[in-house]
Amino acid sequence: MWKWLHPWAKPEKSYALAGTLLPWFSWLALLAISVGSVWGLAYAPADYQQGDSFRIIYLHVPSAMLSMGGYLSMAIAALVGLVWQIRQADMYVAATAPVGAVFTFIALITGAAWGKPMWGAWWVWDARLTSELILLFLYLGVIGLYNAFSDKVMAGRAAGILSIVGVINLPIIHYSVEWWNTLHQGATISKFDKPSMDTSMLWPLLINIVGYGALLGAVSLYRFRTELIKRERQRPWVKAMVTAKVSGGV
Amino acid sequence: MRNSLVFRAIVRRELISAMRRNAEVINPLWFVLIVVTLFPIALGPEPQLLAKVAPGVFWVTAILSCLLSLERLFRDDFSDGSLEQMLMSSHSLVGIALAKVFAHWLLTGIPLLLISPLVAVLLSMEWQVYKACFLTLAIGTPVLSLIGAVGVALTVGLRKGGVLLSLLVLPLYIPILIFATSAIESAAFSLPYDGPLAIMAAILALCASLCPFAISAALRVSLN
Amino acid sequence: MHFDSFSDFLAMGGYAFYVWLAYGISAASLIVLIINSVVSRRQLFRSIATQNRRQQRQVNASAKES
Repeated sequence: MWKWLHPWAKPEKSYALAGTLLPWFSWLALLAISVGSVWGLAYAPADYQQGDSFRIIYLHVPSAMLSMGGYLSMAIAALVGLVWQIRQADMYVAATAPVGAVFTFIALITGAAWGKPMWGAWWVWDARLTSELILLFLYLGVIGLYNAFSDKVMAGRAAGILSIVGVINLPIIHYSVEWWNTLHQGATISKFDKPSMDTSMLWPLLINIVGYGALLGAVSLYRFRTELIKRERQRPWVKAMVTAKVSGGV
Repeated sequence: MRNSLVFRAIVRRELISAMRRNAEVINPLWFVLIVVTLFPIALGPEPQLLAKVAPGVFWVTAILSCLLSLERLFRDDFSDGSLEQMLMSSHSLVGIALAKVFAHWLLTGIPLLLISPLVAVLLSMEWQVYKACFLTLAIGTPVLSLIGAVGVALTVGLRKGGVLLSLLVLPLYIPILIFATSAIESAAFSLPYDGPLAIMAAILALCASLCPFAISAALRVSLN
Repeated sequence: MHFDSFSDFLAMGGYAFYVWLAYGISAASLIVLIINSVVSRRQLFRSIATQNRRQQRQVNASAKES
């Protein structure tokens, strides 16, 4: 299997591969997000308890899931980069961290906008919101560490190690926060319960999860390509490509 | 040289160099006492209120003082090049890292435990609460040193790593803080608290087995 | 269609502010992310092109001297 993967470890090849994948991801994201959002916002029935405010779920749940999934994928890439010394994996870590951070931010904002009508407060120390907040701190740590190094090879490896340490901590943080939350029940009134959603409500959610996943992938690939060129800027193939692109208008 | 000898040699060396600059050991403790003094002044001196916030105050202060002393864990050795010598030597970097963390704990964790009765008196803790506080600190401070060392190893090559270090490390301290304070809280209601203590011990075991590898990997990156 | 009219849709059953706030901020932050990605790529391309031209001039100049 590694033999089959190996040719893709060449920078030109992985740049081209990312370039072929990018339009697929982008179109899938555009299609799925528009279908899922319109369906969810306009056509799905309203929740019998929460009324129309539940429609925030079509944004909140995908972004929360993908913020966790994005961190996991970043840590897996970091592990691959550390074990097999594949430089592109470190570039992927650097490329995906800001995207994951934005998704985490969206999960927090939508959680707050949901919490205000439901709980009467913009912020409650609910277990899920608290662990999202800590996840945002972890993301910001990876981004901050990456930006602090001027040597980007070192930066990528350091950020990779930090994201592996973070991903080992993530389940511990998650369960400890949940446990802490059950101890201090007074703060929370209800959770983001979604017991047995109706299928007419569930379909747009699933479509949106796919859509935002594709968006995460597309933006990460795009940033990965930028990151790769930044590191390879002295190589002839990069120079040739840039000259061709810039003379033809970027 | 056998690994245990290297371990002992490094711990001895750290202790001796800390004795020569004893301000670095004393200042974090002093910091703990000053911060603990600020809370009664800010919140008011009612013993009930203080007893309620005491575990949280003590633990947050302990974490902050640990952060203060963390930076010198690798910085001096990094700047005078002895860290590079250790990397070049035939001994495993993992063992060296563990020895340095152990020395750091001896120089920060143990003194904190020694002044904890004083803090308990200042925050009007009861005996059973203090006992729980002592136990959680005894188990928790090595974890603080271990996780902190990973952060230091990652940032030691940076010129302005200080603030970044605390941003990296503080979120990782949250689980241990949660279990420690809830153990103390259970003790305050005279409930059994061996559950959270056992989880803390498990976290300590996990950190002690994984962190040295992360530290050595991070040091290799920083020294490049 | 769940709503009777477009204005009904905009009102979101009385939750308009919260729903559109959530969607608005999310869309804005995603757009900022995408713009940031595109701009940083263009800047990088421009700086590489400048560097290429400078190197080309140096090569030309040394060719003339010799």
